[in-house]
Amino acid sequence: MPKRNDIQKILVIGSGPIVIGQACEFDYSGTQACNALREEGYTVILINSNPATIMTDPEFSDRTYIEPLNVEAVEKIIERERPDALLPTLGGQTSLNLAVDLSKKGILEKYKVELIGAKLDTIEVAEDRELFRNAMKEIGMNVPEGGCVHTLEEAEVLQERIGFPLIIRPAFTLGGIGGSVVYNREEYAQAIQWGLSASPVTEVLVEQSVLGWKEYELEIMRDGADNFVIVCSIENLDPMGIHTGDSVTVAPAQTLTDTEYQALRDAAKKITTRVGVETGGANIQFAVNPENGEMVVIEMNPRVSRSSALASKATGFPIAKIAAKLAAGYRLDEITNDITRQTPACFEPTIDYVVVKIPRWDFEKFPGNDRRLTSQMKSVGEAMGIGRTFKEALGKTLRSLENGWSGFHANGMADYQELTREQLTDDLRFGTPDRLLKLWKAFSIGMTPEELFDITKIDMWFLQNLHQIYEFEVHIRDASKTPEGLTRDTLLRAKKLGFSDKHLGILTGRSELEVRKLRKSFGIVPSYKIVDTCAAEFESFTPYFYSTYDEENESIPSDKKKVIILGGGPNRIGQGIEFDYCCVHGILALKSLGIEAIMINCNPETVSTDYDTADKLYFEPLTYEDVLNIIELEKPEGIIIQFGGQPPLKLAIPLEQSGVPVWGTSPDSIDLAEDRDRFGALLNSLGIPAPQFGTARSIEEAMKVSERIGYPLMVRPSYVLGGRAMEIVYDQSGLKQYMTSAVTASEDHPVLLDRFLENAFEFDVDAICDGENTEICGIMQHIEEAGVHSGDSMAVMPPYLLSMSQQEDLKEYTRQLAKALNVKGLINIQYAIIFDTIYVLEVNPRASRTVPFVSKVTGTPFAKLAVEVMSGKSLAEIGYKFNDRLPYTAVKESVFPFDRFEKADIFLRPEMRSTGEVMGISNNFGASVFKAFQATNVSIPKKGTVFISVNEGDRRRMLPIAQEFDKLGWKIIATQGNAEFMKSRGLPVTPVLKISEGRPNIVDHIKNKEIDLIIKTPLGQRSRTDEYTIGWAAIKSRVAFITTLSAAEAILRGLRTYGRKPFEYRCLQEYYGK
Amino acid sequence: MNQPAKARLVLSDGKVFEGRSLGKTGSTVGEVVFNTAMTGYQEILTDPSYYFQIVTMTYPQIGNYGVNPTDFESRKIYASGFVIREYSPVVSNWQADRSLDEYLKHYGIVGISEIDTRALTRHLRDHGAQMGMITTEDAPVEALLARLQDSPKLVGRNIVQEVSSAEAFDWPLEPAQDDNTDADKDAGKELPYRVAVYDFGIKFSILRILHGLGCRLRVFPAHTPAEEVLAWKPDGIFLSNGPGDPEPVEKAVAAVRQLLGKKPIFGICLGIQILGLALGGKTSKLKFGHHGANHPVKHLPTGKVEITSQNHGFVVDIDSLPKDDIKITHINLNDGTLEGFKHKSLRAFAVQYHPESAPGPHDSHYLFKQFIEDMK
Repeated sequence: MPKRNDIQKILVIGSGPIVIGQACEFDYSGTQACNALREEGYTVILINSNPATIMTDPEFSDRTYIEPLNVEAVEKIIERERPDALLPTLGGQTSLNLAVDLSKKGILEKYKVELIGAKLDTIEVAEDRELFRNAMKEIGMNVPEGGCVHTLEEAEVLQERIGFPLIIRPAFTLGGIGGSVVYNREEYAQAIQWGLSASPVTEVLVEQSVLGWKEYELEIMRDGADNFVIVCSIENLDPMGIHTGDSVTVAPAQTLTDTEYQALRDAAKKITTRVGVETGGANIQFAVNPENGEMVVIEMNPRVSRSSALASKATGFPIAKIAAKLAAGYRLDEITNDITRQTPACFEPTIDYVVVKIPRWDFEKFPGNDRRLTSQMKSVGEAMGIGRTFKEALGKTLRSLENGWSGFHANGMADYQELTREQLTDDLRFGTPDRLLKLWKAFSIGMTPEELFDITKIDMWFLQNLHQIYEFEVHIRDASKTPEGLTRDTLLRAKKLGFSDKHLGILTGRSELEVRKLRKSFGIVPSYKIVDTCAAEFESFTPYFYSTYDEENESIPSDKKKVIILGGGPNRIGQGIEFDYCCVHGILALKSLGIEAIMINCNPETVSTDYDTADKLYFEPLTYEDVLNIIELEKPEGIIIQFGGQPPLKLAIPLEQSGVPVWGTSPDSIDLAEDRDRFGALLNSLGIPAPQFGTARSIEEAMKVSERIGYPLMVRPSYVLGGRAMEIVYDQSGLKQYMTSAVTASEDHPVLLDRFLENAFEFDVDAICDGENTEICGIMQHIEEAGVHSGDSMAVMPPYLLSMSQQEDLKEYTRQLAKALNVKGLINIQYAIIFDTIYVLEVNPRASRTVPFVSKVTGTPFAKLAVEVMSGKSLAEIGYKFNDRLPYTAVKESVFPFDRFEKADIFLRPEMRSTGEVMGISNNFGASVFKAFQATNVSIPKKGTVFISVNEGDRRRMLPIAQEFDKLGWKIIATQGNAEFMKSRGLPVTPVLKISEGRPNIVDHIKNKEIDLIIKTPLGQRSRTDEYTIGWAAIKSRVAFITTLSAAEAILRGLRTYGRKPFEYRCLQEYYGK
Repeated sequence: MNQPAKARLVLSDGKVFEGRSLGKTGSTVGEVVFNTAMTGYQEILTDPSYYFQIVTMTYPQIGNYGVNPTDFESRKIYASGFVIREYSPVVSNWQADRSLDEYLKHYGIVGISEIDTRALTRHLRDHGAQMGMITTEDAPVEALLARLQDSPKLVGRNIVQEVSSAEAFDWPLEPAQDDNTDADKDAGKELPYRVAVYDFGIKFSILRILHGLGCRLRVFPAHTPAEEVLAWKPDGIFLSNGPGDPEPVEKAVAAVRQLLGKKPIFGICLGIQILGLALGGKTSKLKFGHHGANHPVKHLPTGKVEITSQNHGFVVDIDSLPKDDIKITHINLNDGTLEGFKHKSLRAFAVQYHPESAPGPHDSHYLFKQFIEDMK
């Protein structure tokens, strides 16, 4: 079957904002799919609300809609575009669920849109827990004892039959949201209620838990002719009980005999046929009893998933691309394997290395929450490492995590000194983000792999391998104390076991650089091997490499002019897809300049690590050691560090000191901008105002600074990402508390104190400079006042409250700063305006988080232009000029992971906590705000009930907002103080009880879904507990809430527009006038 | 930290890999081939088709699940040597009863670990499979090469006679001989089909599957004349897999020529080559053979692709078969070589790959059922 000619236009739905459980892997798969479909001559219409994605760049589809992913918007777009088909399997759970809704509402039928990739009944059988269980039983598969329930009563009946512990998994959800393992009745009732509210179809699966069983995943592909292949098997190091997205995973499976593996394969084939995955990829999860090999089916995703992105990177088999082609009618044997160029894609990759993935968490940002890992995913990113053995791959992945770890080693981890054996055992049993290092700790106090198996149920094979690394570490430490010291043989063996130079330095009392020198003096350098899908059976053409300490090197540097781009490493809050977007653009720009683009990165979710993106891809940790090894082999003309965010910046100065030519703005300028004292001096000399500031290396110093500049103060540690530990303190006691409990200030790590500007308007300016001339890329105005991290705030472009003269001043300051910092490339500056004075808050002379948004709004690829500038072109040659007259308005809104953290503070702060962003675009500010809000996946009706709760200081400003709601026909409810205040001003308000005042109180109303919108500003420390409870109730019941009055005002503008007439939906190509 | 003794792998073209001893110390000679299956080393080691071959596993972690009492394909290890990247002394599987190293030692097999198996694979891919020696001896390379030079080669030699059973035997084996036997559970089961099996080095999985489908099996030595086989009154003849070059296995080719048309015939691997030769076809040696569990094979009548287990260094030349009599049923999608054919008028068909897999995917079990149909 060749490709289908009866369809021409295909609608692709993306996955929306980055959230926990659904991250940039769907940009990777979506981009591949769009490319693959267009390659076949189809017209691609794309809808995705996330502007930071590569897939929403206008050149990747014919019609690109950055619009909310809801039925209303998609129907309008279908009506406009009349696609022949809808491909829903590449945009994660979001896209799949939306396709189900569209289908059930008859919209697809009405406009004659065919679902391709997965049919409705396939999706339902796979996603509906009950249908799936029945289907499995029908084909003779074992599933854990249990059933599906839709009410608490049903749940209780079921529980009495099957006992405890139980695992609870809601239907049609992502990342295990609403899922849990419960051990008693009390937990059970709560978990059921939460699960039911998390499931869009109010259905929860309750199953006997198979805690401790070995967990496997198979990534499969199937075409319309029933050809079936397994792309990859994945074994979880953490057994059943911890969400697979939160588990350390290993590919391929390590501890199954062929007979056992083939039994899983046979089962997968049967399941796929029964569920009816017709065309494309899917993944199936199994649990295997380590005692007797008994196997049960856990679940199936009839779509491309996070695991399939990992499997693609792990094997070199481009699942999403092939899935898209299969959906378009091709058969597997009609598609060629890109890597060998001669064999078909209808085969099962075989690999000759081991891949380890370790998740990355950001629990620090959500203090007070239990760090134990559960069946609900909480990690925000992941790193992958490739090595010839598990041990080597593990070492590489551990040092890829960008959290200061240098390998399987926990020496010097302050927290571990006081850890009792009991606590350690307890943490190990449940799993925590540092479980691996705690295993090291356990070995170091003499616990054996056998004991640890009893505690963790981690397979002995993994435990023994970890123990081998530990034992070798002891050997190295001992050997380095002997007269002959660290021998060549020991060092080589250590490298083969995945030890980093840094780790070896710690063990032998040397610096990383000294170990490097010693290693090189022994002639020990890594070799690079190709990821080729076929274990070298066929010649391969795809330049996808990993390092190892085996003999033969397969990476032969070309004699072309080449430049290396350093990627961003694992995603975490503040360091996400935006930086990968810049890297990908950097690659594209280098290629178009005829320069060989070499990418180094270790994040399997990204487009930059698609081997199709760069000319050469090194899937390697972003450490000094690993990066310099590649540089020494490739000898590039330059290296670009300004696109990847924090990880490359950290390396900038050491790499430059090693003689590496850094392209663009010099590392010293970047350092200058980060160094408060140097930067303050520069601002002074330029005469540009900035909030008064000071640096403190102790509490005493901090007090002195505060006396000089006064309160409130914005305080933070130096060199941090995403405003980590950044806070506003209002008085001496606040400062004291911050200095003692939040941070440890020291000589090397001073704390920065800035005068905090209250009620200031904040602006983000992105600009590009060629060393001489500077042009603005975009000016964004934040809707929230200064004090909310720029990564968390709503931003509007063009600004809505900026006079021409202020705009000119912003431009002028930006020019001066870019010039003074000798910027070659991009620069981002945050300004605050208060009473007509413009203050500089922060300067980042590099690509910032806002680059994709600004690029998308203006239709200008700024990261590409930056590379041209770095290559020596002037802005005049490039021909770029700032256009400050956009005929439309775009709004960026942030998305938060509060639904994963029960004790999350829902009020926005200087510390960034959002995981992703969405964009609303239209001709009208109100509509753009409202669309952006809708795109965060909360719905606000035209009319409804609003709960207003503000502190006394906010009451006067709140009044016109409340009046407006009243005018729009909303019912207002409030607790006593606010209610009386509004009533006394003539507003009809329904009073409601506070939590402490009895029942039914506000939380009951929220849970009963009697409230559609919550406007709540912080009431202070004493109300904190109530606020957590209200916030958590709102999150669980999925009620929209707004925590600043400026955002409330913006939403009102949206509501006014929304009430008047339906929104219009246009694609970027139309906005750009192209 | 203690390491095993040093060992070397010397290829006949002079390439040397240094590593560590695995299994027995000493020296061994064979044709060096690579297998790309990620699981199934126990089945591979015990597959008689690997007789006189030194097998390199491209997957680097071997030994992880040890060795168990069921997953074997014959009564001993047939491979003459074993080459891996990293040996796992840790055995982690509920079925395992010993480690791979113990198993290799028990059967006196010399192996080597800690070598760059990918470099070796690439070398074999580019320069072809060749003779090689694994040794823990401290002799100079020249001396080892000279010994390699003098040792027997694979091509043109009838090694089937060295692995074929000396006497006919019935399947299933007694439990004492086969822990995985079906004898107990199938006691009293009806076995309506009598199948005579030519043993060129048969894998037990084939016998297990045929027996499971209702075949009473008698396994005959490779040199058994056709009359003797027919005297047992079989309903069908099965031509087994086996090692080495098919051309010198002349007696079997002659016997099959006689049996053609008399009884339904089904051949696997060496079996297809013997059948091909009996039909007047020619065989030739592949550069580095097919050894793995991921080869796509297209079934031409349906167009469906099967992922197959393969293990052969020789192949029937696709154009050498008599076109009027033979229908090509299967081809390899990687290199277009012949994977299966059937006779247009006589009940005889064969495949080059291993539908019994072990190790490998179970996509092709339908072929055994097809054989049963032929016997009905």
